Amino acid sequence: MRYLLTEEQKMIVEICRKIVEDRIIPVRAEFDEKRIFPTDIIKEIGKSDLFRLFVPEKYGGMGTGIFEVCLATEELSRGDLSVATSYAASGLGFIPIILMGSEEQKEKYLPQLASGEKLAAFGLTEADAGSDVSAIRTTAVKDGDFYILNGTKQWITNGGEADIYTIFAKTDPEKGARGVSALIVEKGTNGFEFGKKEDKLGIRASTTRELIFNNCKIPKENLISREGMGFVIVMRTFDQSRPAVGAQGVGVAQAALEEALNYSKIRTQFGTSISSFQAIQHMLADMATSVEAARSLVYYTAKVIDSGEKDVSRLSAMSKLFASDMAMKVTVDAVQILGGYGFMKDYPVEKMMRDAKITQIYEGTNQIQRNIIALDLIKKGFN
Amino acid sequence: MIEKIRIIVCIKQVPAVMEIKINPETNTLIREGIENIINPFDTYAIEEGVRLKARLIALKDNSFDVEVIAISMGPPQSVEILREAISLGIDSGVLVSDRAFAGSDTWATAYTLSKAIKKIEGWKIIILGKQTLDGDTGQVGPELAHILNIPFIGYASKITEISRNKMVIKRLMEDRYETFEVRLPAAISVGKDINIPGIPSLRGKMKSRSAEIPVWGNEYLGMEAKECGLNGSYTQVIKIFTPEHKHETLMLSGTPDEQVSEIYSKLKELNLI
Ligand SMILES: Cc1cc2nc3c(=O)[nH]c(=O)nc-3n(C[C@H](O)[C@H](O)[C@H](O)COP(=O)(O)OP(=O)(O)OC[C@H]3O[C@@H](n4cnc5c(N)ncnc54)[C@H](O)[C@@H]3O)c2cc1C
Ligand SMILES: Cc1cc2nc3c(=O)[nH]c(=O)nc-3n(C[C@H](O)[C@H](O)[C@H](O)COP(=O)(O)OP(=O)(O)OC[C@H]3O[C@@H](n4cnc5c(N)ncnc54)[C@H](O)[C@@H]3O)c2cc1C
Repeated sequence: MRYLLTEEQKMIVEICRKIVEDRIIPVRAEFDEKRIFPTDIIKEIGKSDLFRLFVPEKYGGMGTGIFEVCLATEELSRGDLSVATSYAASGLGFIPIILMGSEEQKEKYLPQLASGEKLAAFGLTEADAGSDVSAIRTTAVKDGDFYILNGTKQWITNGGEADIYTIFAKTDPEKGARGVSALIVEKGTNGFEFGKKEDKLGIRASTTRELIFNNCKIPKENLISREGMGFVIVMRTFDQSRPAVGAQGVGVAQAALEEALNYSKIRTQFGTSISSFQAIQHMLADMATSVEAARSLVYYTAKVIDSGEKDVSRLSAMSKLFASDMAMKVTVDAVQILGGYGFMKDYPVEKMMRDAKITQIYEGTNQIQRNIIALDLIKKGFN
Repeated sequence: MIEKIRIIVCIKQVPAVMEIKINPETNTLIREGIENIINPFDTYAIEEGVRLKARLIALKDNSFDVEVIAISMGPPQSVEILREAISLGIDSGVLVSDRAFAGSDTWATAYTLSKAIKKIEGWKIIILGKQTLDGDTGQVGPELAHILNIPFIGYASKITEISRNKMVIKRLMEDRYETFEVRLPAAISVGKDINIPGIPSLRGKMKSRSAEIPVWGNEYLGMEAKECGLNGSYTQVIKIFTPEHKHETLMLSGTPDEQVSEIYSKLKELNLI
């Protein structure tokens, strides 16, 4: 089943499938097992122009929309969620510059991010500040033409691999969420170091790392927008990026469904293929239906965003929530259809199940998504 | 004046099958239902052409500019592989096609390609695949270089140095590496060990869709009738057939002792000992 795609969108899908088949599938199990960051694959993704999808033409991008980003993310996620996470996290790192950056910041940073020559990262979370963004303790104190950054960020995707970091810090610790500001920090700046690399349940090939700032001097030109705009930048960035987390869910679920479907046709028990058992057929039917439903919601949300609509938080949260919960269920069911073989590392579905879990957690847990949806619903109703 | 250095990549369209099937009645290839692809080795030639261009540009010498051109001689549908080459980073494509070229053997193919290449100003490096999936001769490269009177290095494994007028080429032989330095223009053929072919880029794909691909026929190349096609060919295919497998292979397993006794009884059974 293919949606109505333009010629260019079909090309995006074709390119991603080629990357998945030629470059990702042959190595994904090993990269997962040994926690190898997929440097060459990310380079290839860059060479194929896929990072350009996020970026306006003026800065070396292709000027396409969130829909195209979702298509690429979905297809890459069919191959491996670690790769798709690194891809999407770079986008997450530079969306703040696209949305609220100054002309100089855009000209300086976007071309090299669009080409994939450099990767970006998004540094918000800290040990004591996950869902509660206002609790961050990293500080940025103005000192002449600089901000002095101190603090530690935790679990930052692409940490160490990326060259450009969007870091959220308190410029006014008294003010809670309204005291948060966003700064662009380059790798190699004095006082900026990397800490522990995490050993994870899933997306093990993507790097999740600590960022440590110790009297790190950042030129004041690197402030995105104004002081105190950090929280707004976070929210506006997530509005744009969450459908892509949904697309990750759709991609990994699609891959698990395909594995389960193929396996059900070749596995024989009681003298017949297991796909002839109605119990298995109904699982496959439910899985396929929920993948399509999630895909529709993700695509619809992306199209609404691309149409220029500003009030998208509710829809964006819904697409992430629904598609990630769906991905968890479908991947668990895929393991069930493969039975004991599904539990073994010889088959790819156990990894898909481990990987899928992250989509319910990052870029706001699914509890937080429900909070956003419910509050928006109660405040605005349907108008 | 800025010199234009042109890298020529020769590519051929072949049926995407490992084993060619031949119609025993007509002696021709069975092409129905078979997808046509770029000859696999030629995808390495394309990638190397794109990389050499990047390396030459990285020299930051303002006195020259570089362009990579793919050429294919074949029927009109070969335009598809030229478009694909463009999506992989080739700048432009030329299709060499004319009914008069039908029936060309490797010599006539090389001769016709040489005529086309001579029409391109500034050609300096010619890259070919080491052989094709269908014809499989590996002759076109050496013949082409001979006709153009330039050095030919087959089976290049690595271009270790490149400048505007010379290349250093390393190749792996069975028991040794060989290193050659050649003056340009020169031709090389490449196989799987030289690089990993790239993935098409989105901008390349967009460009390939709208790219104008000129078709050069004999009117443009100006060969005499006796020089091209069947008439220009020294060899003619009299018969093509699929060999019947008359031999059967038997694999023995087990311990060496078991294998020896098995082979012994087999040979005995056949009255050979
Ligand atoms: C692999 C990985 C990669 C990550 N990459 C990045 C990155 O690149 N950049 C970055 O900044 N962060 C990143 N994170 C952090 C991620 O965004 C946070 O883990 C997430 O926001 C949740 O925060 P927490 O883990 O502290 O959970 P907590 O906030 O401590 O939540 C614990 C539980 O309480 C629930 N809960 C919390 N508050 C509420 C509430 N108000 N109502 C209802 N339930 C609630 C949560 O849903 C959850 O179930 C990453 C995390 C992981 C695991
Ligand atoms: C089944 C079959 C059998 C044939 N048998 C003979 C035969 O016995 N004797 C004979 O003389 N001819 C034969 N031909 C026809 C013809 O010689 C070849 O198709 C053609 O000349 C190219 O030779 P090749 O395929 O062996 O190429 P090779 O010499 O193996 O090709 C080497 C490289 O040269 C380049 N190249 C080759 N052909 C082209 C082209 N058309 N356009 C651009 N670049 C090209 C490519 O880079 C290729 O990788 C046969 C063809 C087929 C399909």
